[in-house]
Amino acid sequence: MKYLILFWVFFKIGAFTFGGGYAMLPLVQEEVLAHGWLTLEEIVNFIAVSESTPGPFAVNMSTYVGQETGGIFGAFCATLGVVLPSFGIVLAVAKCFDRFQNSRIVKGCMSGLKPAVVGLIGAALFTTGSAVFFPEGISLDNLLQVSFGVSAVIFAVSLVLAFRKAHPILVIVLSGVLGILAGYTIDTLAF
Amino acid sequence: MAPPGDGNKALLAVEQKGEAGPDGPGEEERNGSLRRQNTDNSMETMEIEEEARPRTGSRLIALFLTFLKIGAFTFGGGYAMIPLIQKEVVDRQKWISDQDILEIVAIAESTPGPIAINAATFVGYRTAGFAGAFLATLGVVLPSFFIILGISFVLRQFQELKPVQYAFEGIRAGVLALIAKACYSMYKQCPRSGIAYGIMVAALVCVAFFQVNVLLVIAGCAGVGLISSILAERRHRA
Repeated sequence: MKYLILFWVFFKIGAFTFGGGYAMLPLVQEEVLAHGWLTLEEIVNFIAVSESTPGPFAVNMSTYVGQETGGIFGAFCATLGVVLPSFGIVLAVAKCFDRFQNSRIVKGCMSGLKPAVVGLIGAALFTTGSAVFFPEGISLDNLLQVSFGVSAVIFAVSLVLAFRKAHPILVIVLSGVLGILAGYTIDTLAF
Repeated sequence: MAPPGDGNKALLAVEQKGEAGPDGPGEEERNGSLRRQNTDNSMETMEIEEEARPRTGSRLIALFLTFLKIGAFTFGGGYAMIPLIQKEVVDRQKWISDQDILEIVAIAESTPGPIAINAATFVGYRTAGFAGAFLATLGVVLPSFFIILGISFVLRQFQELKPVQYAFEGIRAGVLALIAKACYSMYKQCPRSGIAYGIMVAALVCVAFFQVNVLLVIAGCAGVGLISSILAERRHRA
């Protein structure tokens, strides 16, 4: 049963993700949190792991969640689930590519899906942001905490780097180093 | 026990010996084989048909290995993979033409699922039918599957170490910046219209503040896009 659920959840994720990568984040968050497989914090940590290892995010995520929940066979089921919809749909489309490409229905749906992906990543940005900046809930008190300031500075630095087309791994390594420095500084100064 | 790097080093040394200078034996050999190819050209065309069967076999293996390599060496997945696919599949193996790479991008974007999987399935199918699609997809998935499997056994304990915890506090803020960048890149690809902005805001608000089911939002946005494009077309015709 556990394996069937893993397969089905990641099948849904594979079948409904357009635009790849972070576009699937809201769906992953919704499903993985609802099943209690990972916490939001663990999901964000894993995004960093996935950016620093080869391969598509979806496959990395399905393998990790599958392994954590149901061992190697769980990882197999989840990954099979995430891959199958793409595989089947692309095979079907490859046979009649020109008709698919020029189809008015496909074009119409895509004209709605592209902005939807922006909104969905925006939503993921919001939920992830509130977990990163306010791990203990959004309030004025928490806004004045040192940890908020540290996160805000690292976020600002990373944002500048990311928009200057720095490699994601560089952003992750640098923010990790800054995190360690800040953590030990706060510890020794005992805020 | 010998360190694992030693074997690689030995291999590298052999390779370097083989490429000894511009006027070494390597160059002569290449010229020789080139000449041979030129004279045998007429015979080769005949051989191609006879060799068709074993060639599909070796082509399947080459497909699998090429996508294994692509899967093992693209970090971040998705769009980062397209240039590597182009280099391997178009420039090196010449399985598909330069123009077809645009088709790959188009199809990977307009069908659901990870871009890497879509591209692998499509190239594999174009090159060697169903078996090609299967092997290319298997190849692109295997490296990340085994790497993550390996990592997952240690990640939980690793995350409990104090410095790692501090590092991840910083990294989570860094990841947030990466998500913001991704959001902006997708925004730049969008049409600038009232409907598009409306869909963006509606999707964001529904998911972030009202916890509406994500699948419902995706289906709804596709429906709105379809209806609005049909209406626009009607208006255009009238």
